[in-house]
Amino acid sequence: MPEKHLSTQFDSELTSVSGQVMEMGGLVESQIRQAIYSLAQFNMEAAEQVSANESRVNSMEIEIDHALSSIIARRQPTARDLRLLIAISKTTANLERVGDEAEKIARMVRSIIQSGAPRSLPSLELRVAADLASGLLNKALDAFARLDVTAALAILKEDDLIDQEFDGFVRKLVTYMMEDPRTISPSLDLLFLAKAIERIGDHAKNIAEFIIYVVKGEDVRHASMEKIESVVR
Amino acid sequence: MPVTPVVEKTKIAVKDLNFFYGKFHALKGINLEIPENKVTAFIGPSGCGKSTLLRVFNRMFELYPEQRAEGQILLDGENLLTSKEDVALLRAKVGMVFQKPTPFPMSIYDNIAFGVKLFEKLNATDMEERVEWALRKSALWGEVKDKLHQSGSSLSGGQQQRLCIARGIAIKPEVLLLDEPCSALDPISTAKVEELIVELKADYTVVIVTHNMQQAARCSDYTAYMYLGDLMEFGSTEQMFFKPTRKETEDYITGRFG
Repeated sequence: MPEKHLSTQFDSELTSVSGQVMEMGGLVESQIRQAIYSLAQFNMEAAEQVSANESRVNSMEIEIDHALSSIIARRQPTARDLRLLIAISKTTANLERVGDEAEKIARMVRSIIQSGAPRSLPSLELRVAADLASGLLNKALDAFARLDVTAALAILKEDDLIDQEFDGFVRKLVTYMMEDPRTISPSLDLLFLAKAIERIGDHAKNIAEFIIYVVKGEDVRHASMEKIESVVR
Repeated sequence: MPVTPVVEKTKIAVKDLNFFYGKFHALKGINLEIPENKVTAFIGPSGCGKSTLLRVFNRMFELYPEQRAEGQILLDGENLLTSKEDVALLRAKVGMVFQKPTPFPMSIYDNIAFGVKLFEKLNATDMEERVEWALRKSALWGEVKDKLHQSGSSLSGGQQQRLCIARGIAIKPEVLLLDEPCSALDPISTAKVEELIVELKADYTVVIVTHNMQQAARCSDYTAYMYLGDLMEFGSTEQMFFKPTRKETEDYITGRFG
C-alpha cells in the first residue's frame, strides 16, 4: 500500500499483520521443503521434524486471526483495507492447510519407511511435482507481498500444470498396480502423497485469487480464465 | 439475459447546480439524482459543500442575500429554485433537522403542534393524535407520554433531537433533510436516531449529511462523496464502502486523505 493513512498507528498495525503472514508463509514453505526432502531421501529424521513444527504453524494462524479481529474491531476498515484484511484471513487459513498437507506427506513418508516398501516406485516424479507446488506457493506469497495481480494471474495458469501432472501420475500408478499387485499398498501411499502435493498447488492458487480480490475488488473464485483475465487487465 | 436494473423513482434531481457565497464558488456543477424512499448520505471533509447542498434543497440559503444558487433542483420534476411557491410551503414538504437540537421554548406537545397549526386546521382530538403519531414515529413516545406539557428543553440531548425529528415529520413532509443529526449525541441516542432514519424511509425520502462515515455506512442506501465543491462519486453505499470507483473516494473513506 503506497499511500499512508492519517493514522500511522493503523499503518503499523497493517504492516505488522502483513509481516506475520509472510513469516507464517516462510515457515510453511520450509515445512514443504523439509517434507519433500524426507520423501526424496526417505529420511525419518526430516519427516519427524515436519510433524514437530506443525504446531507452530497452527498457533501462527491463531495469532494472525487475533490481530485481524483486533484491527477490525478498532478501525472499522473499509474498501481496500477491508478487502486486504479479509484476504489475509483467508490466506492464513490456506497456509495452515498447506502446513497440514506437509505434515501429511511427512506422516506418509514415515509409514512407507516403516513398512520397508520397495523404492522402485516413481517417487522421483512426485518430487518434481512437489518442487513445482512449493515453487508456486513461494510465488503466491511473493505476489501477495507486492499485491501483484499479473503475477497472480500467472500462478492461476501454472496451477493447471500441476493438476495435469497429477492426472498423469495417477495413470502411471494404475499401470504399476496392474502389473504387480504387490505394489498396490505402497502405490496407494504414493497416491495420497500426490494428492497432498496437488492440494498445495490449489492453496497457492487460492492465495493468488485473493490478491486479485484485494487489488481489483472482484471475487474471481470459480470464475473462468477469460473472466479473470478481463478483471486483471 | 441482461439483468434489468431496479429503477428507483427520483425524488430530487439536481442539475448543473452552482452555488456561491458572495464570490466564493461553493458548489461546482453538481448533478445528482436522489431516489425516493431511500436514505442518501453526503460525506466529505469540512468545507466540501455537503451542508451547502443540503441547505439548497429547502432554499434555506435565501435567508442570506449574498448567497445564490444557479441551475436546477427538481422536486418531483418541478424546479424549486424558480418556483413561485411560498417558501414556507416548500419547507413543509422538505423538512430539516439541524446538528444541534433546536427545541422551541415551549412544551413538548406544543413543539410538535406549532408547525402543524401553520399548515392544517385540526380539531383537538386530531391534533393529539398527530402529536402522538409523530412522537411514536420518532421513538420518543414511551419516554415523554407522561410529561407532554413539560418544556422541550427539559429533555436530554438525544431526546431533544428526536423531538426535533418528530416536529419535522409531524407536518408530513415528503423529504427530510438531516444535517449532522447525531454529532451532539451519545452512542445510545445515536443508535436510536439511526434506527429511526431507517424506519423513516418507508414514508419519506431522507437525506443526511454526516462526518461519521460509519454512520453513512450503517444507515444509508446511497452515498455521495464531495470534495471542494465537487461531487466526486455517487453510488450505492455498499459499493462506496467496499469498492469505490475513484481513488479519491477510497483514500477518503479508508482514512488516507490529507
